[in-house]
Amino acid sequence: MTTTQLKDPPISKRLAKNIKRNFIERVIEIILMFAALAATFITIGIVYILVTEASGFFKEVSIIEFLTSRQWSPLFEDAHYGILPLISGTLTTSFVALSIAIPIGTVAAIYLSEFASHKTRESVKPVLELLVGVPTVVFGYFALLFVTPLLQKINPDLPTFNMLGPGIVMGVMIIPYIASVAEDAMRAVPMNMREGSYAMGATKFQTAIRVVTPAATSGIIAAYILGISRAVGETMVVAIAAGQQPTFTFNPLEGAATITAYIVQVAMGDLPHGSLGYQSIFAAGMVLFVITFVFNILGHMARKRFAERY
Amino acid sequence: MAQNKLNIKAEAKNLNFFYADGTKALKDVSLPVYENKITALIGPSGCGKSTFLRCFNRMHDLYPGNRYEGQILLHPDNTNVLAKGVDPIEVRMRISMVFQKPNPFPKSIYENVAYGLRVRGERSKSAVDDKVEEALKGASLWNEVKDRLQDLAFNLSGGQQQRLCIARALATDPEIMLFDEPTSALDPIATVNIEELMSGLKNKLSILIVTHNMQQAARISDYTAYMYLGEMIEFDATDKIFTNPGRKETEDYITGKFG
Amino acid sequence: MEQNKVDAEHSLIKPQTLEEVRTMIRTHKRNDFIFSSIGLLTITFALLTLLILFVDLVMDGYPKLNYQFFTDFPSRRAANAGILSAWVGSSLIMLVTFITAVPMGVAAGVYLEEYAPKNWFTDIVEINVTNLAGVPSIIYGLLALGLFVYTFHLGQTIVTAGLTLGLLMLPIVIVSTREAIRSIPVAIREAAYAVGATKWQVVLHHVIQYSFGGILTGIIIGMARALGETAPIITVGALTFIAFLPPAPVTSVAPFISFEWLQSGFTVLPIQMFSWLSRPEHAFHINAAAAGAVIIMLTLVMNGTAIWLRYRIRKNIKW
Repeated sequence: MTTTQLKDPPISKRLAKNIKRNFIERVIEIILMFAALAATFITIGIVYILVTEASGFFKEVSIIEFLTSRQWSPLFEDAHYGILPLISGTLTTSFVALSIAIPIGTVAAIYLSEFASHKTRESVKPVLELLVGVPTVVFGYFALLFVTPLLQKINPDLPTFNMLGPGIVMGVMIIPYIASVAEDAMRAVPMNMREGSYAMGATKFQTAIRVVTPAATSGIIAAYILGISRAVGETMVVAIAAGQQPTFTFNPLEGAATITAYIVQVAMGDLPHGSLGYQSIFAAGMVLFVITFVFNILGHMARKRFAERY
Repeated sequence: MAQNKLNIKAEAKNLNFFYADGTKALKDVSLPVYENKITALIGPSGCGKSTFLRCFNRMHDLYPGNRYEGQILLHPDNTNVLAKGVDPIEVRMRISMVFQKPNPFPKSIYENVAYGLRVRGERSKSAVDDKVEEALKGASLWNEVKDRLQDLAFNLSGGQQQRLCIARALATDPEIMLFDEPTSALDPIATVNIEELMSGLKNKLSILIVTHNMQQAARISDYTAYMYLGEMIEFDATDKIFTNPGRKETEDYITGKFG
Repeated sequence: MEQNKVDAEHSLIKPQTLEEVRTMIRTHKRNDFIFSSIGLLTITFALLTLLILFVDLVMDGYPKLNYQFFTDFPSRRAANAGILSAWVGSSLIMLVTFITAVPMGVAAGVYLEEYAPKNWFTDIVEINVTNLAGVPSIIYGLLALGLFVYTFHLGQTIVTAGLTLGLLMLPIVIVSTREAIRSIPVAIREAAYAVGATKWQVVLHHVIQYSFGGILTGIIIGMARALGETAPIITVGALTFIAFLPPAPVTSVAPFISFEWLQSGFTVLPIQMFSWLSRPEHAFHINAAAAGAVIIMLTLVMNGTAIWLRYRIRKNIKW
């Protein structure tokens, strides 16, 4: 067989080429590493901005007042700086949302994972993903102009801005998310566990409840926790439909501002940079960041534990 | 040994290998690889034959924490391919490899074969064209694919894919070719094709092959090494190993008394 | 036989005769049927609710959904108001977002999958990325307000908004890049290394090319999310009433490209919808519905494309 021989360059040139090649490789690696570091810089940036701006706030306001006063009125003459009303608003809307999203999302996940035919699942799952991508400002529209008027037909005393309507809409909004994540967790349970159960004469329902769900617990919990984090951080739905008045109440029939709604309200106005009102949104933002951070880490841990098991 | 005038193409000398978790997978292994011969590595699974094979082109370097001790000398220039100063990429350009399962790139047939040349920086279209044709002919695949070189390699059958991988390894004129159980994922007919191909290839280069199939080793190889638990138990001409092995362990394995 | 007798004596387990077992199975099967019906109902209910909401939105906005709506500036009079400045603003901001997030996100994903050693440093970066994906968008808005607007003095401009949404989108791109890369088998990389490719060559010729579809999916989903985001843009200071267009990026005099538009004030589609929604007059709510319909259409088309793309990749490539 004839060969067209590729000419090898002399040793010295080859060595020089190796050195040059390795140098370029190293440079590329460093560039890529900086891109990965950017993610860390964002977190550092968030913490830095929140802490510096909020520290200006806490020079004027004692932390005790911030955490215990039941009045939040930084923009009034008689200013009070208690975060509790914003927290109560956040908790109430989130509670309404989750009491809808968790049961329905779980049932939907079990149904899709264990009962639905392949075809049903393959057509419903993409729809769920589509719904997760719908912008929240649109859901705000539904809360204000569809759900609340509907609720007012049942209860005429319900004010236009209340926490029930946006809570329900937020719940509907989070269902696809919880269903999707929980379903992924259940699908990840190995088939042989189900086969073991069926071989003992169990039905689908028994297998789902006694074998699959317990096996997928940490994955399902992760779905719940991430759902909570979403509800707490949700902004537009509550800013549009829950009202802007900070009120210390847990009654969903009343209107009240959430942490996020307050930030939006202040940002829409024209507060001078460096004023106490301006700094107050960073203090509120810090509380929000800490809450969601804790939930995200918990959710991440639950998910990781689940992933390691299977 | 009967044959004289044998050139040693490469030799492993007192090679030890440690995986990242500290497992010692090879213990003091030595082996010559003769020029223009096929050397087969046999032994029960887990004996370290694949690990040993992957030392020759420094594949273990891809995973951090792995460690070599000892030498693999490449002749005639006497380079120790395991030495720190030797660039693994240069080693891989001289020693190519065919894997257990066919692993073509999801690119065209042509691009698969040309890839090694591209990596070398070969720019001349006509030179690449010539090499691709030559390599495909060398892998007895040319007649089957010459009219569809731009087709996706995934559309070939398993046996064809493996011959494509051989062509890919061949295109860069390697001095040694490593085969890691190249027929274990193929049907018997494709296996025969590959075996015939290897027997033809040894005129051009030296071959080191890991196989789990003793008949295959007996059919195609000139030399056979039996490994067990990370050690080299016996190395000799294939005829000798299969008819009159020097060690009891080898005989037990060959005759099927083992395992 | 002996064994059975002992069991029967000791056990209190209920069904013992074949008849009892059959009754029990019937009950269990009924439970199966009941749950299955509940599940189907739940899903139908949830999907139907959302469908009703969308239909309601489109019907509300229908009177405004005409050509004029896209070519009019916002106006004091609802009937004359349109989304010209909003969709132009959204498009320009998306451009900045894309340029910020995509190269950086893909590079970070490639680094974490292909290069990063397994150590505490990588763990921290990993936890960071996961956490960032869950940080409420309004927090990004606060970051941008403190950092871009008041520290870097970029002002309340298109470039600030684009960068903000870029940061928001970054974790989405990183995560999807990593997932796409992870699905490429090790054998393919080894094959490339075995013919003497360097790490970067393996990444450039193989890893990025074969994961391109998956990465693209993530980019589209991230862009759709950025397009619909409202909260962080509010904090950055989007104006709700913009009756002008930013300077054109292409000019008639040399050098034919102008970056003045980056410094321009802006509004975007979701902000426009939000501001109409905040008005008490019903006429503006119709505008809001029409804007909402436009936003939903855009995001549905984008996300739909991404999902379809991913489906096709899964179907076509079997490693």
